[in-house]
Amino acid sequence: MHSALRIIKEGLTGNKGWKPAWRKPDPRTQYDVIIIGGGGHGLATAYYLAKEHGITNIAVLEKGWLGGGNIGRNTTIIRSNYLLPGNQPFYELSMKLWEGLEQDFNYNAMISQRGVLNLFHSDGQRDAFVRRGNAMRLSGADAQILDAAAIRDICPYLDYDNARFPIKGGIRQPRGGTVRHDAVAWGYARAADRRGVDIIENCEVTGFIMENGHCLGVETTRGTIRAAKTAACVAGSSSKVMAMAGQRLPIESHVLQAFVSEGLKPIIPGVITFGAGHFYVSQSDKGGLVFGGDIDGYNSYAQRGNLPVLHDVCEGGMAIMPMIGRARVLRMWGGIMDMSMDGSPFIDKTQTDGLFFNGGWCYGGFKATPASGFCYAHLIATGRPHEVAQNYRLDRFLGGAAIDEKGQGAQPNLH
Amino acid sequence: MTQSERIAGGLINRSQKLTFTWNGTSLSGFEGDTLASALLANGQHLVGRSFKYHRPRGIFSAGSEEPNALVTLGSGAAQEPNTRATMVELADQITAQSQNHRGPLGWDLMTVNDLLSSFIGAGFYYKTFMWPRSFWEKVYEPVIRASAGLGSLSGIADDSSYDHGFLHCDLLIIGAGPAGLMAALTAARAGLQVIVADEDFLPGGRLNAEMYQIDAMPGAAWAAEQVAELAQMDNVRLMSRTTVYGAFDHGIYGALEVAQPGSDSTKPRQIVWRIYTKRTILASGATERSMIFANNDRPGIMQAGAVRSYVNRYGVGPGRHVAVLTNNDDGLRTAEDLRAKGITVTAVLDARKGEAVKNTFGRRRVSGIILQDDTSLAVDCLAVSGGWSPNVHLSSHQRGRPVWDGDIAGFIPGADQSPGMVVCGAAKGVFGLAAVLESGARVAGDIATDLGCHAKIDLPDTSNEAVGTAPIFDLAASKGRAWVDLQNDVTTKDIAIAQAEGFTAAEHMKRYTTLGMATDQGKTANVLGLAVMANLQNQTIAETGTTIFRPPYTPVSIGALAGRARGQNFRPKRLTPSHQWARENGADFVEVGTWIRPQWYKRPGEKGWRDSVDREVRMTRASVGICDVTTLGKIDIQGRNAAEFLNRIYANPFLKVPVGKVRYGLMLREDGVAYDDGTTARLSETHFIMTTTTANAVTVFRNLEFARQCLWPDLDVHLNSVTDAWAQFAVAGPNARALLSKVVDDLDLSNAAFPFMACTDCTVFGGTLARLFRISFSGELAYEVAVPSRYGNAMMAALIKVGHDFDAVPYGTEALSVMRIEKGHAAGNELNGQTTAHMLSMGAMVSQKKDAIGTRLSQRPEMIRDDDLRLMGFRPVDGGDTLIAGAHFLTQGADASMANDQGWMSSVAYSPSLGHAVGLGFLKRGADRIGETIVAHSPVRGGDILVEVCSPHHIDPKGERQRG
Amino acid sequence: MIINHPRLGPRDSAEFVYKGDAGLIERPFGTDTSIEQMHDYAYLRDNTAGAHRELWYHEQGDRSWLIVTRDTVTHEILDVALARPPADKATS
Repeated sequence: MHSALRIIKEGLTGNKGWKPAWRKPDPRTQYDVIIIGGGGHGLATAYYLAKEHGITNIAVLEKGWLGGGNIGRNTTIIRSNYLLPGNQPFYELSMKLWEGLEQDFNYNAMISQRGVLNLFHSDGQRDAFVRRGNAMRLSGADAQILDAAAIRDICPYLDYDNARFPIKGGIRQPRGGTVRHDAVAWGYARAADRRGVDIIENCEVTGFIMENGHCLGVETTRGTIRAAKTAACVAGSSSKVMAMAGQRLPIESHVLQAFVSEGLKPIIPGVITFGAGHFYVSQSDKGGLVFGGDIDGYNSYAQRGNLPVLHDVCEGGMAIMPMIGRARVLRMWGGIMDMSMDGSPFIDKTQTDGLFFNGGWCYGGFKATPASGFCYAHLIATGRPHEVAQNYRLDRFLGGAAIDEKGQGAQPNLH
Repeated sequence: MTQSERIAGGLINRSQKLTFTWNGTSLSGFEGDTLASALLANGQHLVGRSFKYHRPRGIFSAGSEEPNALVTLGSGAAQEPNTRATMVELADQITAQSQNHRGPLGWDLMTVNDLLSSFIGAGFYYKTFMWPRSFWEKVYEPVIRASAGLGSLSGIADDSSYDHGFLHCDLLIIGAGPAGLMAALTAARAGLQVIVADEDFLPGGRLNAEMYQIDAMPGAAWAAEQVAELAQMDNVRLMSRTTVYGAFDHGIYGALEVAQPGSDSTKPRQIVWRIYTKRTILASGATERSMIFANNDRPGIMQAGAVRSYVNRYGVGPGRHVAVLTNNDDGLRTAEDLRAKGITVTAVLDARKGEAVKNTFGRRRVSGIILQDDTSLAVDCLAVSGGWSPNVHLSSHQRGRPVWDGDIAGFIPGADQSPGMVVCGAAKGVFGLAAVLESGARVAGDIATDLGCHAKIDLPDTSNEAVGTAPIFDLAASKGRAWVDLQNDVTTKDIAIAQAEGFTAAEHMKRYTTLGMATDQGKTANVLGLAVMANLQNQTIAETGTTIFRPPYTPVSIGALAGRARGQNFRPKRLTPSHQWARENGADFVEVGTWIRPQWYKRPGEKGWRDSVDREVRMTRASVGICDVTTLGKIDIQGRNAAEFLNRIYANPFLKVPVGKVRYGLMLREDGVAYDDGTTARLSETHFIMTTTTANAVTVFRNLEFARQCLWPDLDVHLNSVTDAWAQFAVAGPNARALLSKVVDDLDLSNAAFPFMACTDCTVFGGTLARLFRISFSGELAYEVAVPSRYGNAMMAALIKVGHDFDAVPYGTEALSVMRIEKGHAAGNELNGQTTAHMLSMGAMVSQKKDAIGTRLSQRPEMIRDDDLRLMGFRPVDGGDTLIAGAHFLTQGADASMANDQGWMSSVAYSPSLGHAVGLGFLKRGADRIGETIVAHSPVRGGDILVEVCSPHHIDPKGERQRG
Repeated sequence: MIINHPRLGPRDSAEFVYKGDAGLIERPFGTDTSIEQMHDYAYLRDNTAGAHRELWYHEQGDRSWLIVTRDTVTHEILDVALARPPADKATS
């Protein structure tokens, strides 16, 4: 049990009593459920399968180190400021799960609800944000439209006087914010482990065991593992893994870069997003400015990007907040995104019985982690989609039911 | 204060005294000093506080790896936090302040954290602060956040200038130490185009810090001689103060050049270069590590190599009674160099012989060390050499994995390096000066040969000093805390906690303890941390693995990375051809994408924008108005198969458009969603002019080129974007014909001769080339007339002048928008990429008799539902109400919930023609609901009002005006 | 990145616009195309990890559409060619 008391006791006795956050078991040959992917979504799925559905005979298979995918390399933002009815209730469920998560899994993930602000710079953008804000309110989320004067009160240092695209206002979700991303993976892992889930690191899936159209388990670098239900949860590598099951996906892999500055005393409240360029920023608990922009735009499985985006992002930053000119970029990195054809994810069964798929999160998977796990667990346990995730079907394009928040069509690098 | 610790010698210019301010006190140094060496010269050892425990921190290094001596330079717009004092070239009148303390640096109130360290070790915050829930936001988090960060931004815009530049070369050499200089000489003499970049202001690397002899002269003098030779060569660009911060794909490198402080202030403060090179030599040297023992973090405990730098290069004594602790031969040389300067060497402790430091004492500066036999020695400086880590960073930016080399006790570049890059010298784990020089010469020679040049290997006369590093990292036999990461306060106990909790993978250890996440990215700490973990796990460092280095090598300012693209120069501006005229005639401008357009023209006496816009609409609808519509995309399409091509592009038929006619075209994306619309005119059998929306002009052209080149290369068709070639003006209103009759040469404009949707080439004002289209966006009798862009400004003036008799008015984008909403034309707010032809009531236009882009997928069942949204008109039930774009529709009496969402208002305007607000929007089953009163629900802006559903064509629904 | 344009030589990739898998040039054409066929064409991707044939448009240049064969794991460019070489037309 984690508590302040425990910390004091350990502190007084030399911190010798801490136990592993999760066990490191060898894989068994048979489970009820195999989850491929020990990232945030996979671990959350295991946790909710155990907690909500009583299924604990689960193996989570991770090819590298736990939490080493996008849960470990994102910009930590949570928000539910979505427009479309196919998305908004799902992300609002996720927000509600975030709000109780730390007490739920007894791990402090430093959930910081200090607001997410998206600036607008034209009447047309304002109209679109008003529509979005009203949609958020209709599904029970919080949203405010602020004018430039109100934004000046929150962020006096934005460029109100000489911006190429003047700041006319913004849409703000006060409950939005940031979370310590690694802690989410560790918290879910620890809590799932406590409920009996086997988390198996350094175990790469090399193939599926298929018989008569049924998936009966997987081959791995640590042997054959069988289960009645196998659930892929490997955003970033979805196409590679599902190709082993003979499935082509409506997904491209793209690299998204992110950046962090040296640690600075607090100056940026919540998350701020530029509406006329590619730049968003928040400040971490350690003081680093965590920021990013657009994806590089070409298919990539390399976890690194190139200079044009670095420059584009910094230009966006200086365009709206030129007071960051002497802050320095400390580190830049890239993560591989499952960019789907409409910018929205998939949580669905597949053409193969016993094989489930969760992916296509684009650059927005982190905020979805709790709801993704919750809804995926629901689907795996009951065979039916959770009502807020029922639109995330793999075959939705066949019927014309795209969930296209940005209105860019089947061009993944524009979402 | 005098420079009390100054000693003889060094590469400083004692004739140039510089004055600077440190924490409000005026101090002096010399040209050639860094801020760090000048502080040491003045006896200032305590220069900062650590991140978490606020422990006293002193200068640890003499280079870019500095974890401790982070200061804030300047103030206001020039305030620069977290600046490594070891990399600040001293200049006259600079001001610097220490960071991260409450109260004076010597009496930091936050040192209370140090007393609590048993309770706030690695990961403590993950385990607490959760109860009660409301306390996190109100109590815990604000406290944690308040202690975040080291230095502060001022919050004032950085007004310095930054620039970007591009350089190309055959060979980029990173580092101008012995290996880099030798490589540069070899390659340059062979004739390659060479760039040498070095982060220091004085090239030479360790040659400037050591007492080496090369060709019977001091190493520093030899370096200066080679630099002088390179500076004379046309094929060499020697860039000091330039850090290559990142290696990117295909031989592209990012570099940051900083100006010499105090130099020409009209020049950029910093320049970010993109260097395109065929080959790269990484000669970045190595970084010295400390060792682990209790209280190894006190000010005055320094790298042995840094001690030599201060003594030999800067003429500064970092202590008067110095002890040396080493696991290699460098430590012995440190003692020699110190003695040569007359500094007392209290002890030389060689870990290879089992000698160690057990503990240290001294609050604000080390004042003594305790040996294994518990004897204590009074010292004011402890020089530590724990071996050297090759600076492999840039070799792994392309995901190359460093590998552990037990011989040198360090990571060296692995086999999978960046294409085109070779590593040499200490960066490759080659130590010993003669070996380093040879290494540099050999790799440069090989590259020159590879690139077709003849290289001669000409090595100077020198020797190899002994190194002999033993893999001894941890001397911590005592119980005190021993630091691994000095800035982030990671101790061996934190690593033990991480290990106990299973965070044993290199990445987990880093993330759990924050080891290596500080501003120095663990340059001096990472290997020590891995060694501790390896020991706890009973495995080798090679088995423990390492985290990966990512750009930048050292931090790069955001201002420099943005360069000139800020303020009004953030993005280019496109001006309309009549921009000058508009500016002279009261236009108020608005940004429309990259364009700058007049949004209205203010006349004397008008109090607000509505006055101007209402007048422009009224006068246009009453007589005639003129608007520059050049921003609409214009694409010239020619060829034998031009009509067939358009027939495959537009959803509606285009094969049979008669010559001299314009047709409205609806373009879909391949997924069947409405994408763009516009009019396309057929000037001849083989010649069309397409117009697109302003927003999509670029992408439509791109898509047409894709269709032409990739999908249907067999069609004879050619494309040219002529958006900027033609200035185009809408002339709209009942007097449009009368006005244009005075403008157009010899053309019968009667309705019979030139009806609605006619087009023609023509001339205006007595022979000026022009095109005339009878099309209407306003719903009025209207034309668009185009002339070559260079006549655009004159054309606008001439149209207004000729129109004087009709009270012709110029109108801007607002009036344009009001009139299109009154008329019920869809625009950007409706064509937002989510709208089907069906929703626009244009479903029937999508011809099923042909295949065009989007035809097939537009017929998917979810996109042609009868109960789906339809574009409708709306007006307030109470004529005084304002409509809000973005309001959602609810049936009267229904709860405000997403389940009851009936659609949304997309565009609104006050209609001066009707005297009340009008709106367009999408409503479920809208076509069946004309006359129904519904709620326009907008809690985020404006509130709820009742609106009546009506036809989207608020004005002239039968189109009589435009056809008249 | 640098794309070695077959007509213009090495060019910075920032001059280009990326579209995606080169299979997009094989658009089914005709009124008898089924929705399923168009769906597969428009929506499904191999998304190869390794050598990937892909479309780049030289928008800030000569407006050529190119097929670049690039390793999506290393970003190494293996080949660059015009999307539709004009060879056939030249003889007609």
